[in-house]
Amino acid sequence: MEWRDEGIVLGTRKHGETAAIAEVMTRAHGRHLGLVHGGRSRRQRPVLQPGNKVDLVWRARVDEQLGTFQVEPLELNAAQFMESAVAVYALQTLAAHLRLLPERDPHPALYEALLAILDHLGEPAVAGELFVRFELLLLEELGVGLDLSQCAVTGSRQSLAYVSPKSGRAVSLAAGEQWKDRLLPLPNFLLLRAGEGASASAVNDGFRLTDHFLLRDVYNQRDQAEPESRASLLGALNKTLSSAEN
Amino acid sequence: MSKRIAGPEIEKLIQLLARVPGLGPRSARRAALHLIKKKDQLLVPLSQAMTSAAENVRVCSRCGNVDTTDPCTVCSDPRRDPATVIVVEDVADLWALERAGALNAGYHVLGGTLSPLDGIGPDQLTIRQLVSRVAEGEIKEVVLAVNATVEGQTTAHYLTDQLSGMDVRVTRLAYGVPVGGELDYLDEGTLSAALRARTAF
Repeated sequence: MEWRDEGIVLGTRKHGETAAIAEVMTRAHGRHLGLVHGGRSRRQRPVLQPGNKVDLVWRARVDEQLGTFQVEPLELNAAQFMESAVAVYALQTLAAHLRLLPERDPHPALYEALLAILDHLGEPAVAGELFVRFELLLLEELGVGLDLSQCAVTGSRQSLAYVSPKSGRAVSLAAGEQWKDRLLPLPNFLLLRAGEGASASAVNDGFRLTDHFLLRDVYNQRDQAEPESRASLLGALNKTLSSAEN
Repeated sequence: MSKRIAGPEIEKLIQLLARVPGLGPRSARRAALHLIKKKDQLLVPLSQAMTSAAENVRVCSRCGNVDTTDPCTVCSDPRRDPATVIVVEDVADLWALERAGALNAGYHVLGGTLSPLDGIGPDQLTIRQLVSRVAEGEIKEVVLAVNATVEGQTTAHYLTDQLSGMDVRVTRLAYGVPVGGELDYLDEGTLSAALRARTAF
């Protein structure tokens, strides 16, 4: 068995004295693990840092085996990410979220969303927005997506302002007025084109929205705790966005 | 089934030596044979040293270093600057920095880095103890000497968050070109970090 693909390193685990087991998110083969001979060597360690884009050749005798990766660097972004609290917390949270997916199950849309976030980790306003979009896409890929296209009450596609915490469907400003204390605010940026950026309060609303459904429909269902780095990421985003806004 | 070539005592010695980092079964056999041949000069003193170390080695309750005394030799050294603490991942890093001898400061050993993949969170490290030490008020600078890996730097950012609001200066090691390093052979990440952190000459 052999394939070649590109991927983003999510993490590594030591294996013996010189080898490492690399966990990568690939475009066509989903989240995949493989043994990297010499993965703890001076040459390979910088390449196997989370966030780096790599070219992978996976080989195994039979498909069920862990197999081995031959790894070549494509874009070594990790050094740049290390300097930013937003970037390192985002990387940890993205990796934890992607671990919710079954291994070797392709999710090309999530891979593209991951690439988009990594490209914008230096711009907190855009990174925050893209991160919320990533979590919404993750919910969709896990089969518990939200319907933000039209109002659940009136069917209108205009003035959508809330999301029902029960159904995960959008509610318009007028229809939701009466229950607004019980509804989740729908951040405006989700109604615009991706990559426009968002304010600190909109990012907070976005995080609150996805947090509710991730906890209720994913993490609690699996008896798992949400990654601690997610709260740290929101804190770092708030700090950066607030200082930029003032 | 392979035949046994030595008694159970020697087999056990080989098995245990093979678990030491840097030794495999073959080199463990060589080491065992060497120890047996040099019984009086090596095997007996080594076994005595190991027994003594096993009985006396303890983890310093203040900094997490390993020593035969608690507090450890580093913590009880009055010539060290008590206002500066260098935070390291592991005892091996402490020893490496001590070999460099560049800063006459105290230490704090974290016991690893935040690594969700290995199930290591803040509670598995000595972060709470570090915050308590800083809260005592004597420490004025915390030098984060963690590895230049994403996990190491995530831990550094987490520590900075935990120490924010306290009357302490948090610094970290510089990134860049190692002594003797040739630019042509450096990875792009190190080069770009070195360029971003350039200093006036």
